[in-house]
Amino acid sequence: MLLRVAWRRAAVALTAAPVSKSGVPIRGLRVRVVDHAVQSSVPSDTAPAPEAESVLRPLYMDVQATTPLDPRVLDAMLPYLVNYYGNPHSRTHAYGWESEAAMEHARQQVASLIGADSREIIFTSGATESNNIAIKELEAAIQPDTSLVSVMTVNNEIGVKQPIAEIGRICSSRKVYFHTDAAQAVGKIPLDVNNLKIDLMSISGHKIYGPKGVGAIYVRRRPRVRVEALQSGGGQERGLRSGTVPTPLVVGLGAACEVAQQEMEYDHERISKLAEQLTQKIMNSLPDVVMNGDPEHHYPGCINLSFAYVEGESLLMALKDVALSSGSACTSASLEPSYVLRAIGTDEDLAHSSIRFGIGRFTTEEEVDYTVEKCIQHVKRLREMSPLWEMVQDGIDLKSIQWTQH
Amino acid sequence: MAAVGVGRLRRAASALLLQSPRLPARELSAPARLYHKKVVDHYENPRNVGSLDKTSKNVGTGLVGAPACGDVMKLQIQVDDKGKIVDARFKTFGCGSAIASSSLATEWVKGKTVEEALTIKNTDIAKELCLPPVKLHCSMLAEDAIKAALADYKLKQEPKKGEAEKK
Repeated sequence: MLLRVAWRRAAVALTAAPVSKSGVPIRGLRVRVVDHAVQSSVPSDTAPAPEAESVLRPLYMDVQATTPLDPRVLDAMLPYLVNYYGNPHSRTHAYGWESEAAMEHARQQVASLIGADSREIIFTSGATESNNIAIKELEAAIQPDTSLVSVMTVNNEIGVKQPIAEIGRICSSRKVYFHTDAAQAVGKIPLDVNNLKIDLMSISGHKIYGPKGVGAIYVRRRPRVRVEALQSGGGQERGLRSGTVPTPLVVGLGAACEVAQQEMEYDHERISKLAEQLTQKIMNSLPDVVMNGDPEHHYPGCINLSFAYVEGESLLMALKDVALSSGSACTSASLEPSYVLRAIGTDEDLAHSSIRFGIGRFTTEEEVDYTVEKCIQHVKRLREMSPLWEMVQDGIDLKSIQWTQH
Repeated sequence: MAAVGVGRLRRAASALLLQSPRLPARELSAPARLYHKKVVDHYENPRNVGSLDKTSKNVGTGLVGAPACGDVMKLQIQVDDKGKIVDARFKTFGCGSAIASSSLATEWVKGKTVEEALTIKNTDIAKELCLPPVKLHCSMLAEDAIKAALADYKLKQEPKKGEAEKK
């Protein structure tokens, strides 16, 4: 009787919502975390109950770098990780058949999001691999000057939307192949490969709330686009990408695409509103803030701002409760500032002062408000510490100074 | 019956353990990992941020770096009649390591004579702040800033000697 009560209590604790009790990390809230002296990923019954510690996780405002897994995607993937673990290329038993069915269903989900036919979708390990497949053979193709045009759909640093429809039209009229890396655009803005006359498209799983380690390449069938395989082997994926297709990952990608298709309009509207709030509040409270990128042709979830006279990495250090990214040299391994900012003609000192704010499906208004408040506070503080700000306040023209280094 | 219950309990308990994330607490505070806490400390508890009167003849001002490089340091020293640095201030446009390097530089020059301050090396600054190799140039700029401030101070002292000799 007593044991049954204990069992019921344990079962309730397991199925309770993931608040602090179960220790699932939640952004911004204090959570109880297990700290092991011996780090073992394999749980054991005999392990002693570890000491729990309280830690805060930073807010996540870097969705262009990667996105969290949508719980609906995890739900779709889990059975294929635990139970339906067959190789989708196994033709001789039910495990293979059910895995293959899941793979083909996922393929259809991806195709449906971009208006393609499922036979035109090849699964890869990510957008990088897709890009490499797309440009490899076509670079060598015999053409007078251009054989391939490759353009990003939405830029990952400043969020600018390229005029894909116009480029597609021009390429199609000149009989030149058109490839686009749509990693940041798929599932966020409407894309139809036929309307936009796209021949090749790269898709990334972990940019659209899907799993990491999976992506896809769209290869047009009519008119046929020939690409060469990067890796050879058993001839899977129509010989274009040998290697066992990872069913759980592609199921995740498919589910992510389907969820994106359903939520696209709502997400876009909500993210636009939050982005507007963020930019307005910051630009109304601080002088000398520049938004990088065309404000009209712009995906709202990626906001790149330059805070003059404040260096980007120092602001990131100051905003330690928020996960952000910067176009400044100090944050890159090469110490070169962002090539994108340089290309759009941003002054070098402003390139060093840029911060990228990413707003995504799970970003809350509270998180945006907190980020804005802290950002304003620390920019003001860093400007007090900045010799450039001091000089500008004294009326000195910074461009007239002979700096010691160049 | 009891045995079955215990088995269930144990499975429930191990399932509960399974649910808790197996990350060590320090792993979660990711930003702190990139910045050494000494570097962060110079920003969170600033010391010697500010300006001295640059027109004063006892104040040497060094301005090094360039905005295009993302690093500008202004370091000022106030020297008394005996040649000892009694006060120092800095302002920096640069990353956390640059701010910390220049802040540490102002701490170290205080109380030293002008000659002693010349011996401060960038390697000492980098060692004290545990700067990673990619940030060593920040400590070099801080050393340059000290030397520039000292040179400016010396320059301010010399013309007076020249004038005295002329007379």
